[in-house]
Amino acid sequence: MNKGLRVITFEGVTKRYPDGTVAVDNLSLDVPDGSVTVFVGPSGCGKTTSLRMINRMIDATEGRIRLDGRDVKEIEPATLRRGIGYVIQQAGLFPHRRIVDNVATVPYLLGWDKKKARARAMELLERVGLDVKLAERYPFQLSGGQQQRVGVARALAADPPVLLMDEPFSAVDPIVRMSLQDELLRLQSELHKTIVFVTHDIDEAIKLGDRVAVMRVGGRLAQLSDPATLLRDPADDFVREFLGRDRGIRRLSFIPARSVRLSPPPADLVVEDGRPVGWQSGDGLQPYGSFDPETDSLRAALDAMLLSPNGLAVAVDGHGKVLGVAARDALDAALPGAADG
Amino acid sequence: MGAGEEGGVNWLVEFFGDPEHWSGPAGIPARLLQHLEFSVLAFLIAAVIAVPLGLWVGHTGRGALLVVTSANAARALPTLGLLVLVVLLIGVGTVWPVLVPLIALAVPPILVNTYEGIRGVDADLRDAAYGMGLRGRQVLFRALVPVALPLILLGLRLAAIQVVATATVAAYVGLGGLGRFIIDGLATKDYGSVFGGAVLVVLLALAVQWAFTLVHRVVVSPGVRQVR
Amino acid sequence: MGDEPLVRWDWIARNWDNGTPYAIKALLEDHTVMAFLPVVFGLLIALPLGLACARWRVLYQPTTGLMNVIYSLPSLALFSILLSVTGLTRTTVIIPLTLFSLAVLIPAVVDGMTSVPDHVRQSAVAMGFRPLRRLLQVELPIAVPVVLAGLRVATVSSISLVSVGALIGQGGLGYLFIDGWQRQFPTPIVVGIALVTLLALVADLALILIQRWLTPWARARRAA
Repeated sequence: MNKGLRVITFEGVTKRYPDGTVAVDNLSLDVPDGSVTVFVGPSGCGKTTSLRMINRMIDATEGRIRLDGRDVKEIEPATLRRGIGYVIQQAGLFPHRRIVDNVATVPYLLGWDKKKARARAMELLERVGLDVKLAERYPFQLSGGQQQRVGVARALAADPPVLLMDEPFSAVDPIVRMSLQDELLRLQSELHKTIVFVTHDIDEAIKLGDRVAVMRVGGRLAQLSDPATLLRDPADDFVREFLGRDRGIRRLSFIPARSVRLSPPPADLVVEDGRPVGWQSGDGLQPYGSFDPETDSLRAALDAMLLSPNGLAVAVDGHGKVLGVAARDALDAALPGAADG
Repeated sequence: MGAGEEGGVNWLVEFFGDPEHWSGPAGIPARLLQHLEFSVLAFLIAAVIAVPLGLWVGHTGRGALLVVTSANAARALPTLGLLVLVVLLIGVGTVWPVLVPLIALAVPPILVNTYEGIRGVDADLRDAAYGMGLRGRQVLFRALVPVALPLILLGLRLAAIQVVATATVAAYVGLGGLGRFIIDGLATKDYGSVFGGAVLVVLLALAVQWAFTLVHRVVVSPGVRQVR
Repeated sequence: MGDEPLVRWDWIARNWDNGTPYAIKALLEDHTVMAFLPVVFGLLIALPLGLACARWRVLYQPTTGLMNVIYSLPSLALFSILLSVTGLTRTTVIIPLTLFSLAVLIPAVVDGMTSVPDHVRQSAVAMGFRPLRRLLQVELPIAVPVVLAGLRVATVSSISLVSVGALIGQGGLGYLFIDGWQRQFPTPIVVGIALVTLLALVADLALILIQRWLTPWARARRAA
């Protein structure tokens, strides 16, 4: 696949229906190459419409959408769509086709050799974390979460540089949703696709997005920024309210714990083979909380501190060996509030 | 009732046991062939009219109200009335007099079920098909038709059975087919013939039923069969 | 055929109400009764049977199998066979047509009950509805559109099929087809076809109106 600049540009895009309803109002933004941009907002904010205008499931009334500089309206819709992965809420799998053939749909359309298309499909099933034994089953034999993984595999089949995901994880239960989100992040770290993701769930947006576009009813862009900035500086009351409570706590997820000053471990931390075991307390051991300063966020460090009975978070390295402990004042010092009020 | 049943069995034994009923232009094989001839012809013509129309209307949504309403109205057309009228107007030289009412009978169920089948396909599936870059015809034939197939086949089966059962009426205007045993038997009070003819038509209809079950098993994907 | 017109209006005027049992008006009344009674009987039988099939699914397969067989019986054959039992009466026509109605209505009742969303049924149970009340106040109202769709098909087919009864001397407007055929005179045939179709359309329209009246929520949804 050529690794050119894959950027999507909205230039003053408006969608107005014949009855006068405005779904999207003068939207201008860039979706940079290799990043995840999330459109988020309450229902009726035009987020799905905006997404569907990219692959021309809906055509814009005014303005222009460019894909790599080319106006999408100049590209024949079916051709355009075959080059863009598309994942929707109910997966939309073909019930009459086996899983492997579902995944190979676009390669077949592109005229790939059947063997090659099926091999590619099998590879993708593994890639999205599915047992290849499922390949010969029919969609109704799979759980909702599995179907959604197949939906993602199908969108990736022809290796499109751009992926559009329309509330792909809203119909599954929270635990499955969480694992699907983690899976997507892992895939993205390998594949570096240009992804546009639509959700009504602000937590999902913050977790997945490199950039988050908050939209308000009437199809207007309220704010476009990275998640940390969004949590720190909501543009207005609407965004603030939409972000909800715990904004401060959630923001900590985006601050690395690297800057937390560590102290040497006190004597009552029981350590075996360099790894923490628990806090000595009378005859027994009390549980402890730990974090890895290299990979974890301040939120994880705070969590580790709250889990330990004595308010000390244990810092460990990638192998689980004790590096030191962090006390409340060390965390305080690392908190952004301490510096910028 | 007991005596009647016994009479029925005796009549049947008499009817099917008579070797004269098994040969010649008025025998069971010849009548069966005639019956099949105009049933199959009427069914095929109706399918060629109704299936494409139903697919088109279901896929585009154009003219849906008109088509469904007129198909429902066409269900009301009395076959016997149409038959005698057509024969009166164009004579019995060809099979057309019997084909016209049978086609009118078969088109509505095929049309309505095909239309409903296509229209009833999950909107998400349609959306996904377009979203992956299938073109209009590909969406119809690769995504919608396979999923709508059970309903389309149901329409075809209902139509086929009605045609086979109703083609008996053709005998009234002097045309052939299994109806002759019934109509002629009624006229001569030969209840063995009436009964025997009825049994033959029922057997034929059951064979049609069975054939469709077989077709269903072959052409409908297991993935779709399970969903319904 | 020569110069014989398709319709002779004076014939219609003379025979509309000529005092004999074969007056068009009398035949129309006859036809209406013979067409509607089977549907009414069919509905009365199909409701309990359909409900039983919906509750005990094991019954469903054999019942639909039997209904498929009944559906494939030629009406003429049934009339002829019954003729030897019930004679030249309306019953000879009404019994087979009732069976045909059943073949359409039982699946319609079962489908209707299946169309009740499980969460609705569950919440009715959770709120303390006992089975009978739940059936009457929750499940049947929701099943109405599907059952009525079946009722429309059954009614229209019944109206159309009555005319075949004319071949055994009990066919309402179907008499006009026989009469026209025997005299090689198209007017009665055209009148018969027109009236049968018209009767079916009026009945269909009435059922649509009944459905709207029974399901006001669907109307509100349509308007929205």
